[in-house]
Amino acid sequence: MHPFRYVAAGSIDEAVAVLREHGARARPLAGGTDILAQLRAGRFELDALVDVKGVPEASALRLGRDGLDIGAAVPCYRIYEDPDVSAAYPGIVDAASLIGGIQIQSRATIGGNLCNAAPSADSIGPLIVHAAAVTLAGPAGTRTVPVDSFCTAPGRTVLGEDELAVSIHVPRPPARFGAAYERFIPRNEMDIAVVGVACAVVLDRSGERIESARIALASVGPTPIVAAKAAASLVGGPPSADAFRAAGEVAADEASPIDDMRGTIGHRRDLVRVLTRRTLERAVQRASGGTASGNTGRGTR
Amino acid sequence: MTQAPLPKAHVRCQLNGQPVEFLADQHMSLLEVLREVLDLTGTKEGCNDGNCGACTVSMDGRIVDSCLVLAPEVDGRTIETIEGMAPPGGLHPLQRSFLEEAALQCGICTPGFLISAKALLEREPDADEHRIRHWLAGNLCRCTGYDKIVRAVLRAETAMAPKAAAGRTRRKKSA
Repeated sequence: MHPFRYVAAGSIDEAVAVLREHGARARPLAGGTDILAQLRAGRFELDALVDVKGVPEASALRLGRDGLDIGAAVPCYRIYEDPDVSAAYPGIVDAASLIGGIQIQSRATIGGNLCNAAPSADSIGPLIVHAAAVTLAGPAGTRTVPVDSFCTAPGRTVLGEDELAVSIHVPRPPARFGAAYERFIPRNEMDIAVVGVACAVVLDRSGERIESARIALASVGPTPIVAAKAAASLVGGPPSADAFRAAGEVAADEASPIDDMRGTIGHRRDLVRVLTRRTLERAVQRASGGTASGNTGRGTR
Repeated sequence: MTQAPLPKAHVRCQLNGQPVEFLADQHMSLLEVLREVLDLTGTKEGCNDGNCGACTVSMDGRIVDSCLVLAPEVDGRTIETIEGMAPPGGLHPLQRSFLEEAALQCGICTPGFLISAKALLEREPDADEHRIRHWLAGNLCRCTGYDKIVRAVLRAETAMAPKAAAGRTRRKKSA
């Protein structure tokens, strides 16, 4: 591995200064579970890694009145081990508890998963359906970007070379909100999504109509795909099996998968149909006060 | 253009209950430090990219893949490796149950499995088979297979249980 400097930044300014000094030859380090493997594989070379785990804003997990702030360096386990966060943000907890194994979850972060921008990233869809936005810091100050417009291509984002992700804000869900994320992998754990689907719904007061819905798809396009038509097809209607099935058909059309070693186009479209239906069922169950989320290890395959 | 070599990182940590101080290249992994600088070769290198868990160690009480931790990140931390597992002159109950259940063949994955299993049993002393399999999903074995490993962890649970529960039988039979 090409030798690099390791800098433990204690503040946003310190981190930005190092990124500015090295330009594209420096990157922020959070959990390191992607970037260290990529560096060792020779995917690229760096002159400096800036550890942001010591930056207070990046290492805080704060649940407040207006929502949840997930510091970009907060490891997955801190999210799913927090009972209040688990209760309020089920879709995000679904993702945090299935990224990698326990060792990876000790280190890997949602911020890193977002900035790594893999088409198969498990946490990006859930962030999108939870209407999250990421705060970036750079030499000119901070800016906030909605997660659904953050990724631009596989491994590419709107992040400038002298910018870092500081934290992700997830608004407080409204009443009668439910969300869920499921992926298909050929193993039980520790694999990359062949397809992932995240859904969120808000039910009306009666619980018999869907007031709003959001659906995001992973691993069926160069970036996470917002299945807006599928979501719109649900609004105003009942949370019924027929409606979920119809939304799955629309979502399968909105996907633009490729054939690769992990799956074919046809298989992936079919998985979008099935997982859209299943995650909608689970999201509605949660919106009606049904089963909570959690790291039970009982994933679907 | 020749550049001056980067200065080494000066790291202090607690390792298996002892204070330790070392110098390492800034880009070195904790795994490389353990094996090549500190001569603690019990921690194994498998894939070296965070998939196999052979290099699992405990850092501040949580299991991590030491290949994905940089040496300077360890400064001020508490690390436990397989070398710190057995009490003087004996074996940890998990080590004994791995022997009794023949839960190893080549042994490369074994230190990682032991460290992971120990972390689980410290948190959940009566984890069931399903939970054990889920917890150990980040550790790969390519020869013994997982059934014997899971049986060994269940056996260690019984051995480690307080006296009152020591007579109980295992709740679940392994597949």
